[in-house]
Amino acid sequence: MWFTVLAGAAGCYALKYLGAAIPESFLENPLVKRIVMLLPISLLCALVAVQTFGSSKGLTIDARVPAVGVASLVLWRKGSFILVVLSAAITAGLLRHFGIAQ
Amino acid sequence: MTAAPAWDALRSEILRKALSIGIAVSIYGVSFGALGSTTGLSIAQTQALSLLMFTGASQFALVSTIASGGTAIAAVAASWLLGTRNAAYSLRMSPVLQVTGARKLLASHLTIDESTAMGLSQDEKLHDGNASKLAFWSTGLSVFVLWNVATFIGAITVKAIGDPKALGLDAAIAAGLFALVWPQIKDKHTLSAAMGGALIALVLTPVLPAGLPVLAAAVVAVVIGWSWSKQVNA
Repeated sequence: MWFTVLAGAAGCYALKYLGAAIPESFLENPLVKRIVMLLPISLLCALVAVQTFGSSKGLTIDARVPAVGVASLVLWRKGSFILVVLSAAITAGLLRHFGIAQ
Repeated sequence: MTAAPAWDALRSEILRKALSIGIAVSIYGVSFGALGSTTGLSIAQTQALSLLMFTGASQFALVSTIASGGTAIAAVAASWLLGTRNAAYSLRMSPVLQVTGARKLLASHLTIDESTAMGLSQDEKLHDGNASKLAFWSTGLSVFVLWNVATFIGAITVKAIGDPKALGLDAAIAAGLFALVWPQIKDKHTLSAAMGGALIALVLTPVLPAGLPVLAAAVVAVVIGWSWSKQVNA
């Protein structure tokens, strides 16, 4: 089991270091610069989408969807970060507590 | 055009956010600790994952693979797959952080979804880049400390304090990340990257194993970046 733990950790660290090890001159190319600027936006939005709709069986609509919807509304109305996060937690928590959504 | 916020006010706002992200994520840390120590890992091994691997999705993937009877190779491969997006994050963060030597090694270790999203949510030019740097480092350290303490609590008590889902934390984490990406969506290119990435990940979720759909969103960034350059050069 220690092999699994350490091999997994070593690979994950190597991946984190890989991006930082690429020389900065590589990033000066305008095309590369644009792609690298867009990368985290695409990845993080993909992650948010999967965290909102994903389940072990594929896609599903449960309490997370209205919760993130309410949070987006708060965000759009320029609510603070804490308010955005709390509005999502409270919406999902209440819907589940009253058995309205899973 | 609003004036740049004063450093003191901005600093405490960043630190408050960093702490609240750490607290939200740590509830999952307790779940991870409990899961790890009930699926054949010792407390030390569970803790080692949080200390050394320190990327939540990979840790859950490794432990779940073992729990479902997968081989060691499959567990390691699953953790690497989920950890691949961190390479894109560290590539993006390196010109922002401007670090070398031991700090570069440490910054790499702290490069995860939350620290990257926080670092990029600040204007890179604000206060000579110190806002972005502080956001990345404070979030990375806050999550690292709280995630590890939480893992330990979960591993020794072998039960979660509360169900993260009952507290709505799954939705809260998604909403929090979304709030951090939001300020980066400024024009049609960034909007296309955001929506395209989300869409491709959702379409692929039912057909690909966990981790790959999110990774596929990188293709969207490449395509949009490439067509954007062609427009500029035309």
